[in-house]
Amino acid sequence: MAAPGSALVVERNARVYRRTWRGSVISTFLNPILYLLAMGLGLGSLVDDGGGSVQLEFEYLNFLAPGLLAAATMMTATGESLYPVMSGMKWNKSYHDALATPITTRDLVLGHFGWVTLRILFTSVVFTGVMVAFGTIEIGIALLVIPPSVLGGLAFAGPVTAYGAQLENETGLSAVFRFVITPLFLFSGTFFPIEQLPDWMEPVAYVTPLWHSVETTRAVALGIDTTWAPAFHYAVMVAFLVAGAVLADRFFHRRLVV
Amino acid sequence: MTEPLVRATNLSKRFGDFTAVDSIDFAVRPGEVFGFLGPNGAGKSSTMKMIGAVSPVTSGELSVFDLDPATHGSAIRYRLGVVPQENLLDTELTVFENLFIYGRYFDLPKSVIRERIDELLAFAQLEERRHDLVDPLSGGMKRRLTIARALINQPDLMLLDEPTTGLDPQARHALWDRLYRLKQQGVTLIITTHYMDEAEQLCDRLVIMDKGQIAAEGSPRYLIDRHATREVVELRLPVGHSVDETQFDGLAKRIEVLPDRTLLYTDSADRTLLDLAERTLDIESTVVRRSTLEDVFLRLTGRSLVD
Repeated sequence: MAAPGSALVVERNARVYRRTWRGSVISTFLNPILYLLAMGLGLGSLVDDGGGSVQLEFEYLNFLAPGLLAAATMMTATGESLYPVMSGMKWNKSYHDALATPITTRDLVLGHFGWVTLRILFTSVVFTGVMVAFGTIEIGIALLVIPPSVLGGLAFAGPVTAYGAQLENETGLSAVFRFVITPLFLFSGTFFPIEQLPDWMEPVAYVTPLWHSVETTRAVALGIDTTWAPAFHYAVMVAFLVAGAVLADRFFHRRLVV
Repeated sequence: MTEPLVRATNLSKRFGDFTAVDSIDFAVRPGEVFGFLGPNGAGKSSTMKMIGAVSPVTSGELSVFDLDPATHGSAIRYRLGVVPQENLLDTELTVFENLFIYGRYFDLPKSVIRERIDELLAFAQLEERRHDLVDPLSGGMKRRLTIARALINQPDLMLLDEPTTGLDPQARHALWDRLYRLKQQGVTLIITTHYMDEAEQLCDRLVIMDKGQIAAEGSPRYLIDRHATREVVELRLPVGHSVDETQFDGLAKRIEVLPDRTLLYTDSADRTLLDLAERTLDIESTVVRRSTLEDVFLRLTGRSLVD
């Protein structure tokens, strides 16, 4: 049976990753450990002593961990959708290369999202494993937080891929982290509930995918309710993914088929 | 007569206001080596990309393997071997991995790809570099690897865009040798080049392109016969000597005065030299050579520099 082109693109990325995995695997394991140690245990003991956990109704470490998980898939998805996409278009031109074969731009786009899904799935599995090791979550629940966190990552992969597909130079790459990812990381409920923000900032969090990802991931992890109906949060994330993917498909075609 | 593999009628490619390919007609027959010869910007690469079903046709008709690239792009590319102008290799991967991944794009079974890689590495003389990264390979090796890679699907038609540009003479000749062998195996080749010797060596038929149009078409020999004379006498005059064109009147079919030498285009160099000897002209040296495609090319596309 013939494999669809997008599966062949995923296979290609996996083979390239086999050569370049070392750096990213170390950070995939190390980042959650460092963050949970520093913020969860270090800062967390202050929060808990200061009465923060009473207000949160959970120990700070347990409250924080699912938020960091959602942020981690956002980071991985964003990183995988920026440099590799731009490289494929412009630097090593692997996309141009693939298009000389039966592969189409649609295959490239679907293959890209397929590969990003695998990458953030890996990030999520490792992160939840670390959470289990830290005792913030039970194994059974850990399996349940993987889907919302992966969907949250994909909600970023969509628009970021579309953005990366039409970038002309690398200054636009760091701008994404500087002006989008870092502020979201800090202000989307990862470290504290967004109710702690000034009132005017709260609606900003509502329209960013990370907040919805944090909400759903945390709700599953802690067994609490989401702010709004879970279906609504999931729908927002799916909408970001789909809108981004549709744009990415258009931009890939426009840029590569001239 | 056999059906052409590629047939173009009034084929055009425009980018906004710029016309890269301007209503050209050509047909490529199975088994032949067909060349697009032309200066930079003549429209050769744009034509190649349309044949390769990666760049949409703006107007006119194009069929490859009797298929329309607009609707059957993947099916066409499945049977093509493409060697682009730049070596688009994955420099972080090894020689083997580059070939393997490319083979997988054609959805070839892994065992088949492994077998073919053995043959192709021998063909490209890269057996010893099998597990080396691509980055440190020489330009000639990368080019051979790119050609080997394009052969992984055993294509019926190969598109080679300036296959030897930037290579040293040894590497060029090694490549020509490989291309000859492909031709002998019955692979149809379409080549773009701006090297006349390459076109003369390799091509059964070629078109000379200039400013998006076809300026002439035929076999190298035919084009030389048609657009140039059999031989050329090159005269070098003493430095500072101003040339009076009329002093060569009647010596040749065509006379071209260049800053450093004067070219006499003639069907008989012996005759011209004899005639020349009768006129007591101050000539430093003479060189007789056969006409080449270069003469045809310069005649048709002019001597001014194209950027």
